[in-house]
Amino acid sequence: MKIIVCIKQVPSSNEVRLDPVTKTIVRDGKQSVINPFDAYAIEEAVRLKETCGGAVTALSMGIPATERLLRDAMSRGVDEAVLLSDRVFAGSDTLATSYALSLGVRKLGPFSLILCGKMAVDGDTAQIGPELAEMLGIPHVTEVNRILSVTEEEAVVEKQADGFLETLSVKLPALLTVSKDINMPRLPSIAGIRYSEKGPFRLLGAADVGADPERAGLSGSPTQVVKTETPRREQECTYLEGTQAEQAAAVLDLLREVRR
Amino acid sequence: MTGLRIDRNQCVGCGICAKTCAFGALEIKEKKAEANDNCALCGMCVDVCPFQAISIEKEEQQADRTYRDVWVFAELTGDRLAPVVRELLGAGRKLADQKGCRLAAALIGGGNAFREAELISLGADVVYFCRDEKLADKREEPYTAVLKQMVERYRPEIFLFGATAFGRSLAPRLAARLQTGLTADCTGLSVEEENGLLRQTRPAFGGNLMATILCPARRPQMATVRPGVMPPAQADTGRSGIVREVPLPEFPERIKGIKRVPLPPAKSIADAEILVVAGRGIGSRKNLSLVTEFASLIGAEYGCSRPLVDGGWCEYPHQVGQTGCSVAPKLLISLGVSGAIQHLAGISRAETIVAVNTDPHAPIFSVSRYAVVGDCVEILKEWIRMLKCR
Repeated sequence: MKIIVCIKQVPSSNEVRLDPVTKTIVRDGKQSVINPFDAYAIEEAVRLKETCGGAVTALSMGIPATERLLRDAMSRGVDEAVLLSDRVFAGSDTLATSYALSLGVRKLGPFSLILCGKMAVDGDTAQIGPELAEMLGIPHVTEVNRILSVTEEEAVVEKQADGFLETLSVKLPALLTVSKDINMPRLPSIAGIRYSEKGPFRLLGAADVGADPERAGLSGSPTQVVKTETPRREQECTYLEGTQAEQAAAVLDLLREVRR
Repeated sequence: MTGLRIDRNQCVGCGICAKTCAFGALEIKEKKAEANDNCALCGMCVDVCPFQAISIEKEEQQADRTYRDVWVFAELTGDRLAPVVRELLGAGRKLADQKGCRLAAALIGGGNAFREAELISLGADVVYFCRDEKLADKREEPYTAVLKQMVERYRPEIFLFGATAFGRSLAPRLAARLQTGLTADCTGLSVEEENGLLRQTRPAFGGNLMATILCPARRPQMATVRPGVMPPAQADTGRSGIVREVPLPEFPERIKGIKRVPLPPAKSIADAEILVVAGRGIGSRKNLSLVTEFASLIGAEYGCSRPLVDGGWCEYPHQVGQTGCSVAPKLLISLGVSGAIQHLAGISRAETIVAVNTDPHAPIFSVSRYAVVGDCVEILKEWIRMLKCR
């Protein structure tokens, strides 16, 4: 069976702070990493391949430097990688990103399963999975925490949501987003690292996948970020003075007040 | 022409934009900034340029003005309204009054899902419903088909969903089918005075910034709204409204339920009266036992910030914040939490916050009533000693 895993590159640190003086954004590092949730999707895809046979393709949209992360995925058992990279895709919101990814998927030909992490840690939207499934016209299940069985026709999966544990059967091809309970991702193997250096990697531009510039990137993005700001202070804060014991006692007094 | 524009007359080549860019997309060449192919049009440079030399240009289309009214999705849990629906109606009512339009609820469910009267008492002027046994289970594809039909027929300008597990799965599917914009997990909603657009506010960049997002041209403007943030609507049985049935459309049934077991009702930290919340400042995993001991001594529940869950120190149901649980205790004792915006969003309804942190400028203090500058582990030990040895 053919499995596609979607990967996003995210900043390695979420510690983005505004410098109060220069108003510039202070970053701890510019190094990018694979979105942590996507690591579970990679692992699950590789495990399915090991059990049921087949091949795993990693797919991403991003800047050319994303190749490094796709090769990292190859060192963890992914067979080949495809990167959609083009200025036409720049400024994509979730709708335009899903559009680009759907073109990438179509370019790859028939598949059985697409796996995604349940969300990315920078945007936290969790929208790409369902939007991509819709654009491909296939069913989707979000936050899967177990894949119980897979045949050519269907997958049986388990998810925990809104207070219930549900077991569902899904017709394939389908898209699943996986939660972090699903597995424990492996580390790269020596053989994997060797493979990743020369493993098949393809870079595709907007024209290669036949992207309509009106639907891609900024032009194809209905939403617009109009303002970013650090939140304003809302409350007067009293700093408790005194020795540590006095401070601790003061908090316990507050506690008694609330209890009353 | 769509893209990043750098005004060479305004640019002084200070390089702040190049330092800010997370993608390495800006370079200073001959004392002027230039963008290369790495540019993702994220807009960070636009905000930081002190000389307003950078802008992102985009050709704007006109919105279709036949889309009116504010809608909320009346998600059901069994045959009852999910708690977040009251909050959506509360927020939706305000938006509708401001815009001078109607508030409507979209109700989908099985044969016994009669909730129209309740929705009207909670502020809906109109209820659109589709009831069928085929819709008794909440499934994305059937619900998307029904909602698409409702939207095309009755044209909402704004459509709000609860950011429940189902809402966050259904809303993007519908947004993609309607080819419109969707903002995830909003914590603030308002109407722009000059043009009536929906201003959607949500934490961004891992929670360190608040982003305001608009959907200027496509309709409806869609958003999922974080449960537990908006004040719920109050019922008034004297209200009246219109009810309209929408016929069952065709849809594929590619997902079948095999089993559905209620999870044991975990005591949720959302309902805690007193909550102790631990952050990275507790230093090591073993110190978590001090936190739980203190919490049990004072009869409190305990929660934690996201890094502790990501690091495997603490279970997800204890996570407080945007991607965890929104809490509303009378007293929240925050220990070694720096206070990323996403975390602050999750504790915004706490009555009184007392925070302990070594950094006197930690953002957590900006929402705290009382601050203790110090090592939370030492304070914890002090508390445990005081409580045990009195």
